[in-house]
Amino acid sequence: MTTAVETVRDTPFVVGGRTFQSRLMVGTGKYRDMDTMVRAIEASGAEIVTVAVRRVDLDRTKQEGVLYHLDPKKLFLLANTAGCQTAEDAVRYARLAREAGFNDFIKLEVIGDQETLLPDVQGLLVAARTLVGEGFKVLAYTNEDLVTALRLEDAGCAAVMPLASPIGSGLGLLNPYGVRTIKRRLTVPVVVDAGVGTASDACVTMEQGVDGILMNTALAAARDPVAMARAMRLAVEAGRTAYLAGRMPRREIAVPSSPLEGMLD
Amino acid sequence: MNDTIDVVVNGERRAVTRGATLLELLAALALDPRAVVVEHNRTIVRRPRLGEVTVAPGDAIELVHFVGGG
Repeated sequence: MTTAVETVRDTPFVVGGRTFQSRLMVGTGKYRDMDTMVRAIEASGAEIVTVAVRRVDLDRTKQEGVLYHLDPKKLFLLANTAGCQTAEDAVRYARLAREAGFNDFIKLEVIGDQETLLPDVQGLLVAARTLVGEGFKVLAYTNEDLVTALRLEDAGCAAVMPLASPIGSGLGLLNPYGVRTIKRRLTVPVVVDAGVGTASDACVTMEQGVDGILMNTALAAARDPVAMARAMRLAVEAGRTAYLAGRMPRREIAVPSSPLEGMLD
Repeated sequence: MNDTIDVVVNGERRAVTRGATLLELLAALALDPRAVVVEHNRTIVRRPRLGEVTVAPGDAIELVHFVGGG
């Protein structure tokens, strides 16, 4: 007699009307060289990669734009407003990005504090409303505060991106409850952005039920970014599958796995 | 009469030919217009119009592109 085993079947990741197979998104900053970056992106299996908008270096012609190394036909380029400290600046960068880019998606960051790079949630909401009004698909980088996440969803954001921990810190998921609560309450996709340090962080994050993870430094600053990219791909898949599989309940006392009957006298 | 004017490109003062268009400015800087986005006095100028817009003394021009980021 057999019991049917249900294979966990996942749905694709849909954001802003676009469908993706991978739930791992990666950044393109801070790599030691472009070849390592390209190979790490490939090993990660990511389809969405983030880029930043900056001035062209007029004097050093050596510094090429990142598009020389990324094929926009193969990868979905998600521009960010990293470094912006006001809603006005973020809107300006987003408009430039849309002009440079290949889509109307923007990863919106409005930074409120230079030490922690934590978001200015008031500026974020102002910028989000403006950009949504201009037809942007806004993916808003925010903290793990539920009320802000709800406001961002109300503002029409295509996705809300709570942090695991501060950008570039590698401290992992500091507030699983906060992130889980946001995921439970929102309808739009929830993608954890920033703070994941290693594969176990990615796995635990995905186990909260979020739709995806965006990371940069965890790959770029690993001793072997390509190997870490592969580890992250596996961890995101593992965490997602474990979430879908449904974990066993936690118990404070032991429960034997072997039968109590049939023990010898 | 001086045949150049000063404009500010990416925060740096630069002399350009009087009456130059943004397209000519890019050419003088050896930049491919397809690889940059041009902001002229805080207004984005789209590629087809780069040859139509001329620069004036003191204009602020920003030339941006995508770089690696998270």
